[in-house]
Amino acid sequence: MSTLTSLARAEAVERGIAQPVCTVRHVHIADRPLVFVPLAMAGEAGAPLAAMVGDDPRSPRLLAVAQPRNRDQRFAFAAGLAAVLLRYIEGFLTGQETVPGGRGREARTRFPDAPQILVPNRAATGFTRLLGRSTRFRRTEGEYAVLPAVPLLGRWLTFLAERAEYPGSSLLLAATDALSRHWATGQSPVEDLNLAALLGWIDPPEGLTGPQAAAAAEDPLTWPPAGPATDPTFDNEVLGRLIAACDRAEAGDDRARQRARSALEDALTSQLMPTWGLMWQAAGLLRGLPPGAHVATRWAADKDAFTWYAEQLRDGGPPQPRRDTAVSAARRLARLERVQAACGAQRAFDDPLVMAEHRLAGEAFAGRVVAAEPGRQDCSGTRRKLRPHITVETADPVLMEPGTVLTSPGRPRQQARIVSVSVTAGRPSRVLLELSGGMGRGLTAAPGSVPEPGEVTCYATFSDGFQPIPAFPDPADTPWTHGGPPPQYVPADEDAREEWS
Amino acid sequence: MTPVGRLAEQAVRGVLADLGSGCHRGVVVDSPPGAGKSALVVRAAADLAAAGERAMIVAQTNEQVDDLTDRLAGAQPGLPIGRLCAQDYLPPPRVTEHAQVSVASRVADLAGCLVTLGTAAKWAVLADDVSWPWAIVDEAYQMRSDLLLRIAGRFERALFVGDPGQLDPFSTVDIDRWVGLTWDPMQSAVAVLLRHNPDIPVHRLPVSWRLPEPAAVVVADAFYPFGGFQAGTGPGDRRLELSTRALREDPADEAVAAAAASGWALYELPPRHTLRTDAEAASACGALATRILQRGCVSYSERNPAGTPVTASRIAIGTAHRDQVKAVRAGLGGALADVTVDTANRLQGREFDVAIVLHPLSGRRDATAFHLEAGRLCVLTSRHRHACIVVARAGIPELLDAHPSTEPVHLNVPAKFPDGWEANQAVMAHLAPWRVRAS
Amino acid sequence: MTDTEARLSRIRGSVPARNHDARTIAALTSNPGCARRAIMDAAGIDKPRLASCAGFPAPFGQSQFAIARGNAFEAQVKANGCAELLRLLRDQLGLPMPEVSYDDLEEVGGNPSRELRHARTRGLLARAAASGVDAGTLFDHPLLRLEVGGRPVYLEPDLIAFRLHGRFHVVEMKSFAVIDGQADGDKVAAAATQSAVYVLALREMLADLGAGPDAVAHDVFLICPENFSNRPTATVLDVRKQLTVVRRQLSRLARIDSLMAQLPADLSFDLDLDPSGVPRRPPADVAAAVRSVQARYAPECLASCEMCFFCRDEARGSTSALGRAVRDDLGGVEYVATVLRLAREPGVPPAEQAEAAELLRAAARLRREALVEAI
Repeated sequence: MSTLTSLARAEAVERGIAQPVCTVRHVHIADRPLVFVPLAMAGEAGAPLAAMVGDDPRSPRLLAVAQPRNRDQRFAFAAGLAAVLLRYIEGFLTGQETVPGGRGREARTRFPDAPQILVPNRAATGFTRLLGRSTRFRRTEGEYAVLPAVPLLGRWLTFLAERAEYPGSSLLLAATDALSRHWATGQSPVEDLNLAALLGWIDPPEGLTGPQAAAAAEDPLTWPPAGPATDPTFDNEVLGRLIAACDRAEAGDDRARQRARSALEDALTSQLMPTWGLMWQAAGLLRGLPPGAHVATRWAADKDAFTWYAEQLRDGGPPQPRRDTAVSAARRLARLERVQAACGAQRAFDDPLVMAEHRLAGEAFAGRVVAAEPGRQDCSGTRRKLRPHITVETADPVLMEPGTVLTSPGRPRQQARIVSVSVTAGRPSRVLLELSGGMGRGLTAAPGSVPEPGEVTCYATFSDGFQPIPAFPDPADTPWTHGGPPPQYVPADEDAREEWS
Repeated sequence: MTPVGRLAEQAVRGVLADLGSGCHRGVVVDSPPGAGKSALVVRAAADLAAAGERAMIVAQTNEQVDDLTDRLAGAQPGLPIGRLCAQDYLPPPRVTEHAQVSVASRVADLAGCLVTLGTAAKWAVLADDVSWPWAIVDEAYQMRSDLLLRIAGRFERALFVGDPGQLDPFSTVDIDRWVGLTWDPMQSAVAVLLRHNPDIPVHRLPVSWRLPEPAAVVVADAFYPFGGFQAGTGPGDRRLELSTRALREDPADEAVAAAAASGWALYELPPRHTLRTDAEAASACGALATRILQRGCVSYSERNPAGTPVTASRIAIGTAHRDQVKAVRAGLGGALADVTVDTANRLQGREFDVAIVLHPLSGRRDATAFHLEAGRLCVLTSRHRHACIVVARAGIPELLDAHPSTEPVHLNVPAKFPDGWEANQAVMAHLAPWRVRAS
Repeated sequence: MTDTEARLSRIRGSVPARNHDARTIAALTSNPGCARRAIMDAAGIDKPRLASCAGFPAPFGQSQFAIARGNAFEAQVKANGCAELLRLLRDQLGLPMPEVSYDDLEEVGGNPSRELRHARTRGLLARAAASGVDAGTLFDHPLLRLEVGGRPVYLEPDLIAFRLHGRFHVVEMKSFAVIDGQADGDKVAAAATQSAVYVLALREMLADLGAGPDAVAHDVFLICPENFSNRPTATVLDVRKQLTVVRRQLSRLARIDSLMAQLPADLSFDLDLDPSGVPRRPPADVAAAVRSVQARYAPECLASCEMCFFCRDEARGSTSALGRAVRDDLGGVEYVATVLRLAREPGVPPAEQAEAAELLRAAARLRREALVEAI
């Protein structure tokens, strides 16, 4: 249930402009991101047609494939993209920052910053993954050789696309995702997938309301689709003709070829330029929001991943496998679940509007402390323990059972266990909590560590606390239930080969 | 022994024979609701112990483990049994009162035990480097395959028992990355096991001892399309009688009477699109429970031929969501404090005389995959030994009729049956003759 | 002509009914609850033209590149008497096919009518079904027929395979890629539903000839390009679920009478085309006619129905326009204005909306508090 976000949509309909659903920014926006707007050839899996890419809004670089069926031209495109992307990434492979040790881990170093790729939408993220898949297995020698930058491009693109699966990661960010997280428009989530319409609601141009700007955004003549899918009418009325002209010009002289190519590039630029502008507008809007407290923590995890992968590449080794093995799949799922839980908790802790959604759903409550026993001790066990009691009065629905352990964003190291909940119809509920931890040593609570009467607090069933990593068997010990150990990866010829019609 | 009893015994013997033959690395047993799964686990464990084989037993929750430990200890006095658990967990008295049961958090402390029981989660985090020739995995269809991956290295051969018709395991993570892989970590343990070991025999327990005959017909048809089952009792072996006359003769009485007579009732509220915490529906559930108690309901069965009153603790109210549980509980007075009100997830494995179900689709305008999920409705409609009353607003058949079928389809994923839509349709069709309109 | 057909014909007007194909029949399952769509589909209305005439032209189109790719892929797979396909079925699916013959059902000589081609298909398949021999045959360009809404629809599957263990299999060729064993879920769903339409049609034909439903397998062979090349790969697709969905939808269409009984007697979607094909009927009139049949708009319509822009415009201000999940979140309240009123106005709401009001007020309060706290 996301009633609060939906209510914000209703308000957006009424006011004719998108309404905020976050009070802070929950994604990292780099000072100098690389914007990548790809276009794919209709009917082909991950076949690039063109792309506009660059880290400076004033100088976009256009890459185009004049004859998508031509293998050399495809890989020339990949080489061109590799030049831009790898040079951009290289800029971040210098310097270091120290990460202090703790929790049994030693201090280590990592790169002080990491690259950030911005793409228009999730389909573009998918395209990035496909492009990575189609290039990372290519060979640099032999019959189907490609330039060395191409497989390296593939590995980086694959790394970025896999990292994008982690909730809270900002290395590869889809603009529609990032914007929709922070604003609710007056249209449906399906229509929000259109970047131009989404921005029309969030930041309409002078003189237009949100819905008017969004309606205008649906006209592919003024606002061509953000891709990777092209507008079919463009394909049929413009692109087909220009590609045929390029084909014919192959037989002619250099000037004819250049002319045909220029015409094609102009047409492709006309399809990409508007989205290019929207991407920088989106980055600017997001930058305008103050960052949430945990954004830096999550970006640090991204930096760790980036550093780790750069080391992997330096050490050599095979490209990322096509599919996960049983053990790597299970490990990854465990990681994703942990990260998702932590990220969700962090967003709620950072942002009262996000926490409000949990409060409405009964997963958290906020209220005032009406009674407190900060000195209460538990003498039942062998040792006396400090276990203060507080009573919180809240108007929020309390769905949790006694015994549930809660966390407060204000005191994340402290645990609060529900002793009892007293509900009277028509009046606020009263929750009796037993606190442990986060109060220092000894039998007296450190000052400020126990909420005092009159204080407004919030308690949630989730926390971003440390979760132990589950133990998995070694891949060589994959049990019979899961098919036994997987075969070793042997680079096969067919990885490098391709057949074209 | 009755013919039905012989049928069930034959099936169990078949399982034990396969287990003992040593031909297979694993044996799977599909067990419909109330088919004697725990009894099978206990017998298999006893068989293995008698043959001198060490066995580890895996269940999914502490309550399930304690239950099995208690039953095994009761069935095999003198058998040294180990109850492996977390350091801070104290098993309940029904476990600790058996002298032969040792409780510890490390396997080293349970060295003398032939049979050791623990939750899957505990087995997965065990540091000790010990393994067993045999494992029995209970509720294996409700266990996710990544959990099986973490414990399968500890045993050579295993018996997997579970109910394919009930709730599937799930994850809060929503991606398609592993869909189609034979070792998809989000699939159930049995699904993955069978994809890699298709020669493993799959047995079916053919008799439900819990469900009365009218319920077995419906549940088997709707939720077990490829291998139904029959009730262990015949029509008339289970009866409900109301000892007091109806004061009001209102729809609630009509529904209770219908349920007592036929084993089913559909208490239909006027059609409306509501929140899921529909107060009218929630209070109808409570009102029906109250009426059952007020009318002095008495149950007669093979367990209690002389009849025993249906008390509050023998009644359950099942819902899909936790906030619905709260809404129902809020309406129950003090006399009904012992009535169990819970979600389908938490009602799994439990049994009552009468179940009242708040239909997951009640009051909805559109169905979602969650609400259509067959396993949920299966759990809710298979808790009872005598009767089940489904509470729903009118309009469910219309909702099903208008439901668009736009789910994505993935390659290399075996089609799963029953289809949630079909199952829901079948249940509504079966309930139609027992409909009582509330207004 | 029955009453139903007569009425549908009147609604349609003077133009011939639009031909269905497997794709459009499959698309019927995407919104069964929409009466507007049901009537238009049953009457065979030219929806794109109607939408255009009413002032809301449909956004759909197909890129020539996609079409060309599809044709090229199919041609490659079927080249040389389906040599590639046979190799696939033998090697990849492990089907035992010692001998296979190839029958192109398009060659009936001259310019055959659909009835003629259908008759020939029937004849050949009947003979194959009757013969006890397990010899394989690939039937290319078969023409099947299915009753949809009382009218016969001619369907042309890509290919029908042979006799494997005495059963026919539908073979469907699609040009979306299967990459590392995975393909786009929505595209596979569409392919599965279309294949189910063919399976149904084939089963009906063979049932007429006395064969049981098992004569046609529910396993369809889906042929797609593999990874980034043009090499085809074959996957077996179990379409049992899609079969029940399509059957359900076809039987709904057959029950169109009950829907039509609720329509105004003089309803007509006739665009009054002049000799050159230009509609003469005023747009406002057309729009009024469309509005007289109730729709069930959801944003999902934007991807699947040519009337979507019209219905979306009509739905402005309703919570349905925001999506099913959003409407659900807002307590099922129908209009945005009502949602906001319930959320803001103090006092006692009408009994029917009491719970929704309570939820919305709590939500509004929490939102207000949080926005204030952030300042």
